Amino acid sequence: MSSSNHNNVGGGAVVAPPPALPRMRKGRKGIGWPARLEIALMTGPTLLVFVTFVILPVAVAAYYGFFSWQGYGPPTNFVGFRNYILIFQDTTFIDALKHNAIIVVLSLVIQGPAAILLALLLNRKMRGQTLIRVLVFVPYVISEVVVGTGWSLMLQGDGAFNALLERFGLGWLHNDWLSDPGMAIWTLMGILTWKYIGFAVILFLAGLQGIPDELTEAAAIDGASYWQIQRRVTLPLLGPTIRIWAFLSMIGALQLFDLVYIIWGQYVAATAGTSTMATYMVANGRIAGEYGYGNAVAVVLFLISLTAALLYQRFVLRRDTEGAITGAGI
Amino acid sequence: MATPTVAIRSGRRPASGNQPVYLLALLLIGAMLAPVVYIIIGGFRTNAQITTDPAGWPNPWNVNNYLDVLGGEVFWREVINSTVVATSTTAGVVTLGLMTSFILARYRFRGRGAMYSLFAAGLMFPLTVAITPLYILVKTVGLMNTLPGVILPQIGFAIPMTIIILVPFLRAIPDEIQEAAAIDGCGRLGFFWRMVLPLSMPGVITVAILTFIASWNSYLLPLFILNRETTFTLPLGVQAFASQYSVDTAKVLAFTSLSMVPALVFFSLFQRRIVGGLTGAVKG
Repeated sequence: MSSSNHNNVGGGAVVAPPPALPRMRKGRKGIGWPARLEIALMTGPTLLVFVTFVILPVAVAAYYGFFSWQGYGPPTNFVGFRNYILIFQDTTFIDALKHNAIIVVLSLVIQGPAAILLALLLNRKMRGQTLIRVLVFVPYVISEVVVGTGWSLMLQGDGAFNALLERFGLGWLHNDWLSDPGMAIWTLMGILTWKYIGFAVILFLAGLQGIPDELTEAAAIDGASYWQIQRRVTLPLLGPTIRIWAFLSMIGALQLFDLVYIIWGQYVAATAGTSTMATYMVANGRIAGEYGYGNAVAVVLFLISLTAALLYQRFVLRRDTEGAITGAGI
Repeated sequence: MATPTVAIRSGRRPASGNQPVYLLALLLIGAMLAPVVYIIIGGFRTNAQITTDPAGWPNPWNVNNYLDVLGGEVFWREVINSTVVATSTTAGVVTLGLMTSFILARYRFRGRGAMYSLFAAGLMFPLTVAITPLYILVKTVGLMNTLPGVILPQIGFAIPMTIIILVPFLRAIPDEIQEAAAIDGCGRLGFFWRMVLPLSMPGVITVAILTFIASWNSYLLPLFILNRETTFTLPLGVQAFASQYSVDTAKVLAFTSLSMVPALVFFSLFQRRIVGGLTGAVKG
């Protein structure tokens, strides 16, 4: 941001210019009562909705997590950390945690490079570019329920996918894509990649558009090949975008619920090897009627996500987000 | 497969070495669209056709599945519910987000940094984590099985991203414009209405589209809050329909493909804005 206007250097604009509105100079902190009223009226409702429906529930979850509570009346049966001990003694939860870890790693390893290649491909000047970009984004726009319903019908044992394989002489690939425990998590990864790669591609394309042509042109004049330019010039400059995508992807993978729950249902996910912490939370919390326990699982899920996020910000994102998330000059 | 060929046919001047690129693009689009095409085409088949040849083409084409769904009450009721929820959520998020971003971007007061950090921290509070206590909260205030029970929390959870996108937008409006407006006798709120609103439209539209699509597709929150069939939104409806008519695959496919039409139309109308808005968001 240029500092042509000194008011912007310290971050943030000033409410109003002093000469025109002398009342702004009154008051110890430089704002008058009308301004305070405006601040209160224009942020009050937002704060109310936000605190009530976002902050409060998480705080409440932390409290209820210490109770054995079936959801009727106020919780009275205080059990201390017993819920938390039970969670980590439950092999079903540990399995779910492992699945989440696998999904996080595979999402980064599969979607990242694939999306970068696709973005480079689509960034070339070509006819139909806009159309292709839109079509790549289509799966991202379709709801998880539609995606889940469609894919599970296609991937059934006697579904369209196996039939297609047979037709093309690939019958030996015929598989129980959804129920084979060794296969299901890979099926899930395939569907996740299909659904979310468009988002990564669009982000990377946006990042690529921010790279000045002069840089790649200069490298080309110096005799660099196409791939050398991509590797030495484009990729490093795309770094911030890639790191932000990886962050969003990681958090999304840790919170994964919809697709697993829709395709594998509340009970099968554990046996098919696709359960996640979130599906475990719903199955053992609300559906089992153990709200105290479910809240404790939510807290564990939150703390794991938060730790991952903070570590990532501390070690990976720090150079990019200085001033971005932590308040651009605020 | 009509669409992908456009890319090739229109390549009147084949730049050297571009053919592999087009081939790759074609394969990519095929992979991205095949499942969608399967759902739409499948709706034109009969169950007998699907059983004998799961991957076949409709022969003959059969529109009864689609007519059945469109002629029934259930689908339209769910479309209306989804529309009410998505529209109210979007209106709420834009109104609240814009007012608060305006204050955060252009007023200087004690606690401003803290307020911004509070909203930014909201990005770390995903709905998945809060869903159980949120369900209890909504139940306590008596909003179970009502659309506001879904709308209000959705507004809350959309606010952090909205503020993160809009604050830089509003801050980028030069002070000179505000000063000029003030000289012309325009107060701070007048400035908000006459200058900020029109100038921040691109950012607002991006936020609105993202919110609308997210709300239209949302599943977890309605799943917890809406248990009565008359209040179902489309995603819940699709799932209920799929389990109710689990033997009637063709009809399920028809219902499913009709339910994705609104989001797809909405998206194709505004796709330029989405891509543009994300560009702005990434650059922060």
